[in-house]
Amino acid sequence: MRSDTATLTCSQPRLPRPRLAGWYTLAWSIALIVALPVLAVFYLALFPDENIWSHLASTVLPVYVITTIELVVGVSLLSMVAGVGSAWLVTLCRFPGRRLFEWALLLPFAVPAYVIAYVYTDLLEFAGPVQGALRTLFGWETARDYWFPEIRSLGGAIVMLSLVLYPYIYLLARAAFLEQSVSLRDASRLLGCNAWQSFWRISLPIARPAIAVGVSLVSMETINDFGTVDYFAVKSLTAGIYDTWLNMYNLGGAAQIASLMLIFVVMLITLERKARERQKQFHSADRFSVMEPYRLRGWRAAVATAFCLMPVVCGFVIPCGLLAWYASGYLDQLWSEDFLSYASHSFTLSLTAAVVSIAIAVVLAYARRLYSERRSLQFAVRFSSLGYAMPGAVLALGVIIPLAAFDNSVDAFMRRHFDVSTGLLLSGTTFALVLAYVVRFLAVSTGAVDSSLSKVTPSMDMAARSLGQTASGTLMRVHLPLIRGGLLTALLVVFVDCMKELPATLIMRPFNYDTLATFVYQYASDEMLERCSLAALLIVLVGVLPVILLSRSITATRRQA
Amino acid sequence: MKYARTLLAAATLSLAGTASIAQAADEVNVYSYRQAFLIKPLLEEFNKETGIEVNLVTGGGGLLERLEHEGPNSPADVLLTAEVGPLYDAVERGLVSPVESETLASNIPAHYRDPENRWFALTARSRIIYASKDRVEKGEIKTYEELADPKWKGRICTRSGKHTYNLSLFASMIAYHGEEWTEQWLQDLKANLARKPQGNDRSQVKAVKEGVCDLALGNSYYFGKMLTNEEQPEQQEWAKSVNLIFPNQDDRGAHMNISGASVTKYAPNRENAVKLLEFLSSEKAQAIYAEVNYEFPVRPDTPRSELINEYMGDFKGDSINLQELGPLRATASKLLDKVGFDN
Repeated sequence: MRSDTATLTCSQPRLPRPRLAGWYTLAWSIALIVALPVLAVFYLALFPDENIWSHLASTVLPVYVITTIELVVGVSLLSMVAGVGSAWLVTLCRFPGRRLFEWALLLPFAVPAYVIAYVYTDLLEFAGPVQGALRTLFGWETARDYWFPEIRSLGGAIVMLSLVLYPYIYLLARAAFLEQSVSLRDASRLLGCNAWQSFWRISLPIARPAIAVGVSLVSMETINDFGTVDYFAVKSLTAGIYDTWLNMYNLGGAAQIASLMLIFVVMLITLERKARERQKQFHSADRFSVMEPYRLRGWRAAVATAFCLMPVVCGFVIPCGLLAWYASGYLDQLWSEDFLSYASHSFTLSLTAAVVSIAIAVVLAYARRLYSERRSLQFAVRFSSLGYAMPGAVLALGVIIPLAAFDNSVDAFMRRHFDVSTGLLLSGTTFALVLAYVVRFLAVSTGAVDSSLSKVTPSMDMAARSLGQTASGTLMRVHLPLIRGGLLTALLVVFVDCMKELPATLIMRPFNYDTLATFVYQYASDEMLERCSLAALLIVLVGVLPVILLSRSITATRRQA
Repeated sequence: MKYARTLLAAATLSLAGTASIAQAADEVNVYSYRQAFLIKPLLEEFNKETGIEVNLVTGGGGLLERLEHEGPNSPADVLLTAEVGPLYDAVERGLVSPVESETLASNIPAHYRDPENRWFALTARSRIIYASKDRVEKGEIKTYEELADPKWKGRICTRSGKHTYNLSLFASMIAYHGEEWTEQWLQDLKANLARKPQGNDRSQVKAVKEGVCDLALGNSYYFGKMLTNEEQPEQQEWAKSVNLIFPNQDDRGAHMNISGASVTKYAPNRENAVKLLEFLSSEKAQAIYAEVNYEFPVRPDTPRSELINEYMGDFKGDSINLQELGPLRATASKLLDKVGFDN
């Protein structure tokens, strides 16, 4: 442990590299392709139909900005408390239900944000069962007789988004806690720290990089969300983008807001990165030694159980229970041929996109490792994953534009030289959809792969290369087997994200092509949640399976000892 | 890794199977802003009558940009929309083409199509006032203008001012009264709202039933949808708690908005596209189209559904041409920002 830390706090050692720079070229090409959509949005921003800023600045911009900040800060804080707190409890403490919570805490991740928003509105609005019961109980009659928190509000949106987003943080924080050196914690206990102090002084600071990645994923998801904020009438910047684009017919202006939002996100991420630049850690050899957990008893155990129970019940049990209740009236849908095709479309698309996304993430992360001193490559790779912070529909335009330009140039070329029209080769195909998913969720896969790969000590590379392996051979024989768990995590997270994806799918899909998410949307948008509850439930259930698998694989890494 | 490779191969294969676009000889390709379940019955009927296959993509904002960037190679023949906004936008960007068709010209009244025949309305609905049966006297409110009267303070509900149906209404206010007057009117209307604009049209009627407010702005067809709702019978109660007020009957008439269609500029199956539009304006299709969603047929000679006759009777609709309102929608949107309507 000491020698690792010593090498690395000085400077990253240069790894032996292949002569032909194949990895370098490959990574650059991929990064460029994946960055195209974001660049296309920047390009759109150069041509506003009219200058939108003077109008915005004098009217709604302050509201948009403040609301967005409140939303992002609120969701990040709430998700962090739920995610880090529960991760620490299930990893380092023993209390009733811990084994169950280990995986159950991931379940809300499979629930799309727009679905949970619809479900809770049904439950908590005036006509819903909760307020209905209260009225019967207290003899109130109209909404003017009593006060009840308004679900369609900024606070409501913060809670809804946190409920489905905290698992990102939970997942990453838990992995970080599991990997932490037991000896450090043992030392802190020997020196007289209690569980609480040890959490604040040791576990939390060491887990900070992982938590930071989680929080940045959560904030980006929050920023790009449109379904929930629109439904709750929360005026965030994303709402402003749609308004400028569709109501003021000013796509360029909308692209400007989106670009600005992106710059803001980049600044935040850079700041955070700078703040912990000096910290670098690698696994120590005693990672697998048995750790002595804190055994909680009495009220402490009760509080721990309640703390972990709440997000699971609110984020999963209640919404899915209600969906199942609705769905029970529409079970015959399940056997219709259409429905099966929607499900298989969702499944194959998401799986393909997840696999491609992970493959790309591995290439990018490994090239960064090989060429760690090439700043331009580092930048290009980071830039390529920015699509995540853009509203889905705007990013979809960013994918549509270069694809259509490519198709049309190929067509023009073929017409000119061979008198053949090739038409649209890629636009409006499932290829375009997979590309959109990959671009949209690359931040998730690179984040996960990067953090796994960065924990493999460089001496592994050196040993493998001095034993005659090529760079590719080292990746295949040494790194991939070592980071298998991390890859699986990334794969499953991206898969679940793709299952839930809606805005890009809606605009870019081929003719006569539905997925579970688009099927849900056509009814949910008309407030007929009952009719699509079965599909919504299926999205969740298909997402739950990998979530459970995921949790088992993570736990397995610990128990391999 | 081996496992991953197998998965990838399997997924690629299954995708390749679905990727090829149906290449029937006789087909028409539709980009639609209207939800599939609303238009499928009609498209199936069209297929039965003509043998022409209809390929459909439904989506929201962004379909127009897809059409634009696909350019001359775009497979899309017909653009179907749920409102006039995208039609106006498509005309402005030169994405659609005029259709000279005797049938369409005689089926669809002039104020329900673009003056240069670049879009055609297929159904119409009125933006009406839903008034509480218990708390609002008959005849107490008769015009949109009166919504700004301070006597309604804290008694009006509406969805977001930025929603296309409201934008359309507010654009018409600008057309009749000018920008300055409308800004004041919006300001006063905002001051009369019982709560921050939210939810959809149905939830405004629900709010009236619940006593949150006494008046609500909403499209006419929601009344039919609520009154006949078997799945959520409580919606029938909401509908029964309100009177329908068609405003401005003594002057210009109630504001109308439309769903409609255009033929794209580069339509590869142009002939079929025109056939589809003509079919959608036929008496038979008009009856189905209006019936499925409780909208009004645009053809004056199509009989309306019984429910509509019973509750909405004869009323006067504003016959201003919606193409004229197009540019005013953006103006309305800015006025809403100015008065902080949605805040």
